[in-house]
Amino acid sequence: MMTQDSNADPSSTDKPILSTPGLSKSGFRKPGTKGLKFNEPLIWNKSRKGRCAISIPRLDVQRSELDKDLIGEPPDLPELSELDVVRHFVRLSQWNFGIDSGMYPLGSCTMKYNPKTNEVQAARQGFSGAHPFSGDKFSQGALKLIYTLEQYLANITGFHAVTLQPAAGAHGELAGMLMIHKYHEKKGKQRSKIIIPDTAHGTNPASASLCGYESIKVNSGPKGILEPKAIAEIMDEDTAGIMITNPNTLGLFESNIQKIADIVHQKGGLVYGDGANMNAIMGVVKPGQIGIDVLHLNLHKTFSTPHGGGGPGAGPVAVVKALEPFLPIPRVIKKLDNYEFISDCPDTIGRLQTFYGHFGILVRAYSYILSMGQKGLEDVSKLAVLNANYIKEKLKGHLNLPYDQPCMHECVFNDKLQRPYNITTMDMAKRLLDYGFHPPTVYFPLVVDGAFMVEPTETESKETLDEFIDAVKAIIEEVKTNPDILHKAPVLTKVTRLDEVAAARKPCLRG
Amino acid sequence: MRYLPHTQEDIEEMLAVTGNKSLDDLFNCIPDKLKAKQPMDIPDSLSEWELNAHMEELASLNIACKDYKCFIGGGSYDHYIPAIIPYLISRSEFMTAYTPYQPEVSQGTLQGIYEFQTMITQLLGMDIATASHYDCGTALAEAALIAIGKSRKSNKIAVSSLIHPNHRQIIRTYISPRGYEMVEIPATKEGLTDTSVLEKLDDIAGVLVQSPNFFGNIEDLKSFKTIAVNKKTLFITSFTEALAYGLLKSPGSYGADIVAGEGQSLGISKSFGGPGLGLLASTKKLMRNLPGRLVGKTKDRNGEDGFVLTLATREQHIRREKASSNICSNNGLNAMTAAIFLATIGKTGIREIAQQNHDKAVYLKKALIKIGFKEIYNSPFFNEFVLKVPKGFKDKRDALISKSCIFAGMDLEPFYPDMKDHYLFCATETATKKDMDQLVKEVA
Repeated sequence: MMTQDSNADPSSTDKPILSTPGLSKSGFRKPGTKGLKFNEPLIWNKSRKGRCAISIPRLDVQRSELDKDLIGEPPDLPELSELDVVRHFVRLSQWNFGIDSGMYPLGSCTMKYNPKTNEVQAARQGFSGAHPFSGDKFSQGALKLIYTLEQYLANITGFHAVTLQPAAGAHGELAGMLMIHKYHEKKGKQRSKIIIPDTAHGTNPASASLCGYESIKVNSGPKGILEPKAIAEIMDEDTAGIMITNPNTLGLFESNIQKIADIVHQKGGLVYGDGANMNAIMGVVKPGQIGIDVLHLNLHKTFSTPHGGGGPGAGPVAVVKALEPFLPIPRVIKKLDNYEFISDCPDTIGRLQTFYGHFGILVRAYSYILSMGQKGLEDVSKLAVLNANYIKEKLKGHLNLPYDQPCMHECVFNDKLQRPYNITTMDMAKRLLDYGFHPPTVYFPLVVDGAFMVEPTETESKETLDEFIDAVKAIIEEVKTNPDILHKAPVLTKVTRLDEVAAARKPCLRG
Repeated sequence: MRYLPHTQEDIEEMLAVTGNKSLDDLFNCIPDKLKAKQPMDIPDSLSEWELNAHMEELASLNIACKDYKCFIGGGSYDHYIPAIIPYLISRSEFMTAYTPYQPEVSQGTLQGIYEFQTMITQLLGMDIATASHYDCGTALAEAALIAIGKSRKSNKIAVSSLIHPNHRQIIRTYISPRGYEMVEIPATKEGLTDTSVLEKLDDIAGVLVQSPNFFGNIEDLKSFKTIAVNKKTLFITSFTEALAYGLLKSPGSYGADIVAGEGQSLGISKSFGGPGLGLLASTKKLMRNLPGRLVGKTKDRNGEDGFVLTLATREQHIRREKASSNICSNNGLNAMTAAIFLATIGKTGIREIAQQNHDKAVYLKKALIKIGFKEIYNSPFFNEFVLKVPKGFKDKRDALISKSCIFAGMDLEPFYPDMKDHYLFCATETATKKDMDQLVKEVA
């Protein structure tokens, strides 16, 4: 069944959404346009008894019956032809917006271009076909890659050692918390609290709780960064440490970090760095040199591995020498030209993943680092910060900018100027979809009411940024001239705004 | 560099807007003493063609670069992956999209994951399945935390010693900081978990058992359910080979409260152990205790069906320190892969291919016993089994890898120190009679 856009609002003064494809009233190019999409039923509704989409291997041995008591009914999976499956998922994919579709300026997510050569590397038979229990001798390629990537990441961040085991950023945070916990245990006195800034990502306090730590919130100062005084007031010998994101989630560099680290260290605590925003500072700052003891990275952010609709990613953790003994096992060591796994680490926090981490993701990140090279990575951060400041300067005054100062790789606006017209950040974000842009992160960080966090990344060109800026300005115009379309938005997408309240009240989680 | 579009002209124009003299000026807000003292020490960039050569060389240091015959399992399985799987999963709308926080432009991912959740509940006979986790080990650790969290009396869980050794290690990592405990249940002579030991335990928050277990043997889940009910404790099962449930009675049919599993067998390449696919399913009663993402069905303003992430009040971005877990991401693309695989293999395909796994393993086991390998367990098994190997096997096995690219079983001694000369063999639908006969011939 085919559907076509019938939702365009005829009363829109911005007629060009339908009439002049790609060109807005003021003449700028607008990526979002109408297009034919296809409905697809839920996959089991396409099922017809007797169809099978897989090639059944030829049976060359005798059939062997298992005890009837153990055998169940076949699971009620759908029965489809191969084309049924292909068409189904191709159509589903066409309802999605990916980085390859258009600009995706999600703050704190670093939606940079995912290089296709990385996919080629990960798909090499030697990597994708490797069994994790092949034995060190027959896995030297994998072990060498793991070892070398650890070295590169340690070097980029200025730390002593790295583990690539954690499967995601949150998993890396857990690893970090576990190491801090073990560190204090070894010192003979476990502590009960962790200091967490008000701008922190939700995974920070959640990870601390998993280790039994109570989160003590500290508020950022008026400049949007942490003040040493506030930390000094609450840091004591029952506080295990602090979790800091730098640059922080407002896109600002925590310039007091060394002083804060000193305060925490002085009372025997440790500093955990959330490295989600590493894209802003490669080649400029080495977190390991400014007082941070343990830092996690997100390979699916800074190091270009694909987001995959929600994963898989990887969350390596870098540590100072004092924390090396606590790293998860197994570790990779190099003996002459040979690489080995070792697990005999008496102070390890233990194992975090069944095997060695998300190896396929590590291959992609490794390929990216080699492709960029030293100068390339330096340029990444410079251009990421340039792009964010460019947007900030162009949009300030049109959108309210709570912290009017140089930003790092992302900038945070809010809807203060639009609220008097009864338009919210949500409305503007949804309308951006019609213009052909994925919206920025909205309503995070919590310290900014109605936050609109833009992270363009370095892979977007000036023309694309200008299109984005023009789109936002056009939407701000619509606030006054056509607010109704903003409340209705998005109108060009396959579905309009969804009832999330009903979804939570009466959860329907399976078909 | 081809990923960086800025021309010199662009940079100059943009710096004029930001009010900076140079790119370095953009970092003036960072105090000098915090800036790096030395540059990074990373090699110069490689061209795409140099990268290809470098990676080909690196990959060639893994024996997997050749066509090897894999008779090992242990939580990572060799299965046929149909051509349409990599074709469909590489669609950039799936691959380069983020978490579906803007559902209007993410209906592809959302419907796909909703279908995934549904098919997993069908596979496992459970009410609810999450949008996936990192792997079985971490999913199982989360299940253990649910059990302990729900128990008013106990901080202790009973864990079968025949659960994958690495999974037990992960559980230990997760439960240690808050002082929770785990008691390991030993194995019987039949290579199954000793329920009589379990009967004698009191004050446990949950019972955890893997079936098929690490030795490939099929556990008597009915007995475990009875014990769990009697002790008023949660019954948690796990598995490493998802295809087993194309044939075996589902854990749900035995009354499992929570099931954790590994979905790598569902169309995902081994890839040196990761990324895999953690599966987590539960009864309806435990829905709000489940960590991780859940996709739910709803309607849009025009009354059209649509999908959204839901029940987010369990999750870290809402509940923060009170969240049930710290999980943010799932293994989205691998969950989508599994959905495509389950749709492809379908009801008849999964039955036939699971049955073939069994047929092949039985054939191999019989053939090896015939040439002097000793049967250890007499219990029903699925695609993996343990045999005691004759003298000199280890050398033959090593030679087989280098000479013929055959991996003949896996030594169990590193995992179970009492089990000297015991090897775990695996045969899936990919094991041809010709290959199995060759293996038998070479180790005779």
